[in-house]
Amino acid sequence: MDTSTTLAPIDARDRGGPRQPLLIVRNLRKHFPIRSGVLGRVSAHVRAVDGVSFTVMKGETLGIVGESGCGKSTVARLLMRLLKPDGGEHIFDGEAVGEAGGISVAEMRRQVQMVFQDSASSLNPRMPVQGSVAFGPIAFGTPRDRALAQARQLLAKVGLDPVLYGGRYPHELSGGQKQRVNVARALALDPRMVILDEAVSALDKSIEAQVLNLLQALRRELQLTYVFISHDLSVVRWISDRVMVMYLGEVVEIGPSNAIYETPKHPYTRALLASRPALDPDNRRLEAPVSGDPPSPINPPSGCRFHTRCPFAEPVCSARAPALGEGDVMAHLAACHMQDAASGHSKAVREIRH
Amino acid sequence: MSTTTATASPPATINATPPRQRGYWGNVGYRLRYDPVTLLFGTVLLLIILCAIFAPLIAPFDPYQESIIRRLKPPGYRGHILGTDELGRDVLSRILFGGRITLTMGILPVMVATLIGGGLGVLAGFAGGLINALIMRVMDVFYAFPSVLLAVAISGAMGGGAVNGMIALTLVFIPPLCRVAETATTQVRNLDFVDAAKATGAPLRLVLWHHVLGNILGPVLIYASSLVSVSIILASGLSFLGLGVTPPEPDWGLMLNALRQAIYISPLVAAMPGIAILITSISMNMVSDGLRSAMDVRS
Repeated sequence: MDTSTTLAPIDARDRGGPRQPLLIVRNLRKHFPIRSGVLGRVSAHVRAVDGVSFTVMKGETLGIVGESGCGKSTVARLLMRLLKPDGGEHIFDGEAVGEAGGISVAEMRRQVQMVFQDSASSLNPRMPVQGSVAFGPIAFGTPRDRALAQARQLLAKVGLDPVLYGGRYPHELSGGQKQRVNVARALALDPRMVILDEAVSALDKSIEAQVLNLLQALRRELQLTYVFISHDLSVVRWISDRVMVMYLGEVVEIGPSNAIYETPKHPYTRALLASRPALDPDNRRLEAPVSGDPPSPINPPSGCRFHTRCPFAEPVCSARAPALGEGDVMAHLAACHMQDAASGHSKAVREIRH
Repeated sequence: MSTTTATASPPATINATPPRQRGYWGNVGYRLRYDPVTLLFGTVLLLIILCAIFAPLIAPFDPYQESIIRRLKPPGYRGHILGTDELGRDVLSRILFGGRITLTMGILPVMVATLIGGGLGVLAGFAGGLINALIMRVMDVFYAFPSVLLAVAISGAMGGGAVNGMIALTLVFIPPLCRVAETATTQVRNLDFVDAAKATGAPLRLVLWHHVLGNILGPVLIYASSLVSVSIILASGLSFLGLGVTPPEPDWGLMLNALRQAIYISPLVAAMPGIAILITSISMNMVSDGLRSAMDVRS
């Protein structure tokens, strides 16, 4: 798309201009305490998110992939401030969230909305779906009638006939219809960014495709920025501009979608990609590329957290943690000693590359 | 990929009458209309309440008028439809008048306790952590005593009388109602739709009001209605010990206790106040059960 000729309408809420990333996260941490004993003393921490950094540019879609329990959903809830981070910076359009001189959490939430994985439990069972969609605007002072009219328009936008479905209760809708309602609710406050936490994972394949197409169309129409979290690698590739791979609460690789899928750098990413079912029946993989479950995030392995399952692990891997490094937004980075010429790994790249 | 590029054009509007545009309470009323059992018991309950209110107009005799020669007469004796008690007073008139005190002592403490206990439970369940521990541990202290003993102790400390009796009963019912509300709230609080409502940035009180309260009303209401009959019995227990209503005031519990001694002489009359309590509490339970299923949108 030629951005120089199509002038985007100026969003009054845009403060930093097009080059200012919409979201910057630096060193985000969330450690859940494990309490034990009668006194409830903290005996250990689950390091659900341990030093995650990334940026999201305006108008792009960042995909986040990883195994179950790698911290994807915790990242989503931290970005929404449904959980309080234990550390790190969280900057929305150039302003620190929830800090003096920045924007308040409530203000950030008006501009960032979330679609949850479980389409059933994320709608109030005692509220007609148009009421669920209209709740946010009503809470912010839109008159009830107007908010409900807007809600019906939004339902039409996501492909649900408001006359037929607006007054229904969640249990009267199918899973795909409920997820459309969830999308409509997320759009009700006219957000700039939508976090989609496994938003299509629970839907069957044909419905999933419909909802994905809907999301793409809405993104273009409303100039939204997405953070798309999923364990489904094909879906993430299809929808994302850039992809971030997480393992045990850390980012192991981040880069443009094509680069990640065509030339993955981190052994974990390679294993993850290899674990997709083969489309060629004569060329099926008979052994799993990564075996076993990921180690416990309570006592993560020393050094590189993947070294316990990595086929290329060497002493340096358990001794030192590899750094992700820094680069510009489109850089393809991997936290692996093999990508660092100075690491001492026998398979490390020979030259310092730029 | 499917060919339906979903957005933009709404689907062709089907020319069907829009189903249900009644709103929440409209729906509840609609469902109640087709529930004959609830309607029947609701009518009975309404009649009992009306009888209590209009007792002076419909009672055939003075409920305080004693007569030595007409003691413990069977039902039907000289216009005494339900017979006479151990002091020769008309049982029907006393039941009609007694309904005023008994229903008040049965319903009012439960209503107040539902507001206070329910409110505390929702607060404890929603806030969690230290506030939850504080509220629930205090409730546990009250749980340590049997409810009868607690009611006796509290009203004994405050002195007799119907008002003090009602305050004692209210205090007795707060802990269990708080516990029920807390459990229900804790279950609802962790569901995604509460998170989604919080994520809109809406003030917490609106999230509570619209998304939490409606979903815990059912269990709390059912439990509260079952407490009404308990409250009537407990109130009569207090009266029996001279702590609640005092004779000669007509009260169903008090009458039951007094006529207990006449159970071998005139069993039918002795059973009358008990039957009144039974009908009232059954009606109460059936109505609240019907109300709960009418309030359940999934039915």
